[in-house]
Amino acid sequence: MAKDELKSGYKLIGTRPNRPDGLDKVTGRARYGADFSLPGMLHAAVVRSPHAHARIKNIDVSKALALDGVKAVVTRADLPTGLSGEDLNLQDNTLAGDRVLYDGHAVAAVAATSALLAKDAARLIAVEYEILPHVTDVDAAMAPGAPVIREGVADYSVPEGMHPNVARYMAFGHGDLEAGLAAADIVREHTYKTEATHQGYIEPHACVGQMGEDGRGEMWVCTQGHWYIRRMCAAVLGIEAANLRVTPSEIGGGFGGKTTIFIEPLALALSKKAGGRPVKLVMTRSEVLRATGPTASASMDVKLGMKRDGTITAGQVFFRMQGGAFVGMSPIGEALPCAFACYDIPALKHEAVEVIANRPKAAAYRAPGSPMAAFAVESLVDEMCRELGLDPIEVRLKNGAKNGSRSSYGPDYTVIGLQETLEAAKAHPNYKVPLGPNQGRGVASGFWFNHGGETSVSLAVGEDGTATVSIGTPDIGGSRASIGLMVAEFLGIPYENVRVSVVETGALGVNEPTHGSRATFASGKAAVEAARQAVAEMCRRAAADWGIDPDAVEWKDGAAHPAGPNAGKFPPMSIGEIGAKMGSTGGPISGHHEVTAEGVGASFGTHVVDVEVDPETGRTTVLRYLVVQDAGTAIHPAYVEGQYQGGAVQGIGWALNEEYVYGADGRLQNPVFLDYRVPVASDLPMIDTVIVEVPNPGHPYGVRGVGETGITPPLPAIAAAVAGATGARIRSLPLSPPKVLAAIKAAKG
Amino acid sequence: MRYHKPTSFTDASAIAAAAPGTLRFLAGGTDVLVQMRAGMVQPDDLIDLKHIPDVGEIRQTADGGWRIGIAVPGVVLGAHEGLKRDWPGVVEGMNLVGSTQVQGRATLAGNLCNGSPAADSVPGMIAAGARVEVTGPKGSREIAVEQIPAGPGKTNLTKGELISAILLPPRGKNGGDAYLRFIPRTEMDIAVVGCAVNLRLDVDKIIEARVALGAVAPTVILSEAAARAIIGTTLDASALQALTSAAEAGAKPISDKRGTAEFRTEVVGVLARRAAKIAYDRAKGQGK
Ligand SMILES: Cc1cc2nc3c(=O)[nH]c(=O)nc-3n(C[C@H](O)[C@H](O)[C@H](O)COP(=O)(O)OP(=O)(O)OC[C@H]3O[C@@H](n4cnc5c(N)ncnc54)[C@H](O)[C@@H]3O)c2cc1C
Repeated sequence: MAKDELKSGYKLIGTRPNRPDGLDKVTGRARYGADFSLPGMLHAAVVRSPHAHARIKNIDVSKALALDGVKAVVTRADLPTGLSGEDLNLQDNTLAGDRVLYDGHAVAAVAATSALLAKDAARLIAVEYEILPHVTDVDAAMAPGAPVIREGVADYSVPEGMHPNVARYMAFGHGDLEAGLAAADIVREHTYKTEATHQGYIEPHACVGQMGEDGRGEMWVCTQGHWYIRRMCAAVLGIEAANLRVTPSEIGGGFGGKTTIFIEPLALALSKKAGGRPVKLVMTRSEVLRATGPTASASMDVKLGMKRDGTITAGQVFFRMQGGAFVGMSPIGEALPCAFACYDIPALKHEAVEVIANRPKAAAYRAPGSPMAAFAVESLVDEMCRELGLDPIEVRLKNGAKNGSRSSYGPDYTVIGLQETLEAAKAHPNYKVPLGPNQGRGVASGFWFNHGGETSVSLAVGEDGTATVSIGTPDIGGSRASIGLMVAEFLGIPYENVRVSVVETGALGVNEPTHGSRATFASGKAAVEAARQAVAEMCRRAAADWGIDPDAVEWKDGAAHPAGPNAGKFPPMSIGEIGAKMGSTGGPISGHHEVTAEGVGASFGTHVVDVEVDPETGRTTVLRYLVVQDAGTAIHPAYVEGQYQGGAVQGIGWALNEEYVYGADGRLQNPVFLDYRVPVASDLPMIDTVIVEVPNPGHPYGVRGVGETGITPPLPAIAAAVAGATGARIRSLPLSPPKVLAAIKAAKG
Repeated sequence: MRYHKPTSFTDASAIAAAAPGTLRFLAGGTDVLVQMRAGMVQPDDLIDLKHIPDVGEIRQTADGGWRIGIAVPGVVLGAHEGLKRDWPGVVEGMNLVGSTQVQGRATLAGNLCNGSPAADSVPGMIAAGARVEVTGPKGSREIAVEQIPAGPGKTNLTKGELISAILLPPRGKNGGDAYLRFIPRTEMDIAVVGCAVNLRLDVDKIIEARVALGAVAPTVILSEAAARAIIGTTLDASALQALTSAAEAGAKPISDKRGTAEFRTEVVGVLARRAAKIAYDRAKGQGK
């Protein structure tokens, strides 16, 4: 289907109506995690380890329990034993066992009649530690002599002779690497490092949990996925999933970090111990930074062969990533396939190891693994373009993945839009602005697979012909508006007549979280299928009324019509008329669809950034920033632009200033936003966006999913721009002023 | 915790003198309330100074100087035309503090008495030759701003003493001042380095100067060597070079999460140069 044809057919898709949650959010009525309160509710606080690595010798809770108003204390001894695999990981992270594994690791929790009292009580819990040696850097953690953080973490995949902190190894590739390298005019090889960064969502984790002595519970929580909360809490606490009902709140950002549990089982366990009184637990910002999911830190070797004309002949990577003290948390399995996903290269070799270190358990963060991989590969591509005097967009056009080309990780691409993003970037005015002194331009492309996943959606027609849609994917980036638009488009009714709600775990089949850029794609696809069912039913009702065959009825503009002259002459029957009499024509009309959604379409993007670097202080100012990305179809373009801008801004923060600063004692030095430096609004220019639309054939309206790709190109694009501005290539992030100034001085010699 | 709201400095001083445990004054509260919430300090007595008459006033004194009340927030300083005309460097230092919200509360006195080596208004006040009026059990006295800080989180005020006014000298003719700080972002950051320069010209020649260096030692440094480097010059290239070297030599920084000692030393010279140029232009009537 040609894109324009497809587009021009739409009445609502591609428009920008007001967001359905807008009024509540700007008036403060929207209910976030910490806004839930119940009668008799207690407040909880968590005792956290001040050490990076220590053995817990004793926990004395007697003083806390003696405090008037304290109702319950939980430690690991209150949780069931015998868990394994990721369930055990989750439990180990919820409350430390015999050892604390990072600064901020939870050791105990206490519930009291007020939040202040709970904090006081937490201070009275005396934990005796025996400090153990620690390691936080990814390379140091696998160097000979590094302290062994946990015994026996290595699985079958780890080659002999590696440090015991190495937990996993993976490798794949294709083609003849040596021949590819031999065919190149230049072969270059460098090591790149990225620091761990936090998702930085503005809303700290918060929940209210209630559980009776009978093990039946309820939870209200700020999360990206309430079925995950249910499954994980059930596993950690040893209860049945059906006995925990979880209702999600509005969510103030997650970016992957709210697809898992941290405090939720504690609220439930405390509630149970306190005789079933509900328990509210809200993290502070420092707790969020010390103990919730950052992304992995990475150290990456890249080798590339290139001909003088820019043809890339071969590529090789070896990535080392740490995702905290828990196995399976570093995104090596995503980083490797993303590394060369933008390219069609005849010979590739990928290898990676996961290492554990005394840092918090990593969680997903927007395109997990892809930004680091892009920093390594795209930086080296840029270095070689500069060395050979080649235009970075031309080189990407030449080597870039196309429709039908085989992806670097195996499957063939079907319909993708990388080339279109490159062409659009090349044609954009930003690419032609002349640069002044101390200014530089960087270009990079990025990729994310996108995800389908388990999805269950219900739709019901109202008595007045409106429609309600119940979805199970919390709305973080505007999915209620987009799903509403698609359903309204399909039903042929006004957008305002569709209300989309995120419903609790009892109301639908299991839904995966809003992750993998899947909500608009998967819940949207299921919602359209549910609408299709409802339409079929409405056509049957009209057919019955008219006394004709249901096949002779067609649906358009919100009404059933006789299909063609042979069907008979009846005036159209609108959704309102059908809804009004549904009680007497066969009962409620609804649609339901559940699926593990397939047909997902990858999203590619290309970014162009101009920076100016103060040569005397090393400080980088972003002058202009362009995001070009393939959305498939932009259902609600304002939200799509918002995703592009948000991804770029998080990437800019990662590139320039965000980092975890550990002291020699392994404690996090900067667990506040004052010193964990995310970009503030005044740091940034308006982020320019271009939406490329190459519809995804796997979705009824061509949606791809746009949430994650945008964070991938900024890291290498900014590093390339800084190199252009200063002549100094910096291969480790962040590009903080001291590092840039030192590099400028070193480059001058 | 006991919360007090005295209506005179004498009463405030008496309460403070009698306070048995941890004591804090409450001006804007943008340090003290944050510290309390973070559990860094749990005062036994908290003395709110905002109920004392005139603490929100800015007055020009008979000699042409300025008397600034200890509860005047940054936003009011920034809107005061007379003060901005006379001491733009002092005002811009205070206006760098925090955000719009913080500006609505934060004060010069609080910034000074919180004792941070990186406090943004302090280098400007020291360079300007500002003094403070201190009220204590034995009455009140005036001392130079640079006498107040004693080290991170510490002041030289003795038990029962508090600041009852900030005093800026008369600007006089052909003077200019400026403050610059270095932060990696554009706001909501703590100065990695700060520098204030105040000078007076005779035609093109600098005849008086004071240079204060922030965040490069436990307290703000008033660098006489840096001042000497530019006095008697027209701030030509060699004067700027001498100023840079003197500022670098005067800095005694540490390395921490906000920057390395090496970086701070280098940047303090850069800022000294840049602030001196702005102050010079302002003295010539060319500055903003
Ligand atoms: C978000 C945020 C950003 C910030 N950004 C900056 C920044 O960029 N630069 C910067 O320098 N600071 C910054 N600060 C710190 C703070 O805002 C400033 O130090 C401010 O000037 C403190 O003034 P205050 O009136 O709020 O002091 P308060 O918090 O009321 O008091 C601070 C201290 O001074 C003492 N004190 C107050 N008044 C007197 C008095 N009259 N006599 C004796 N002692 C007194 C108190 O006992 C207390 O110890 C920031 C703070 C926040 C919360």
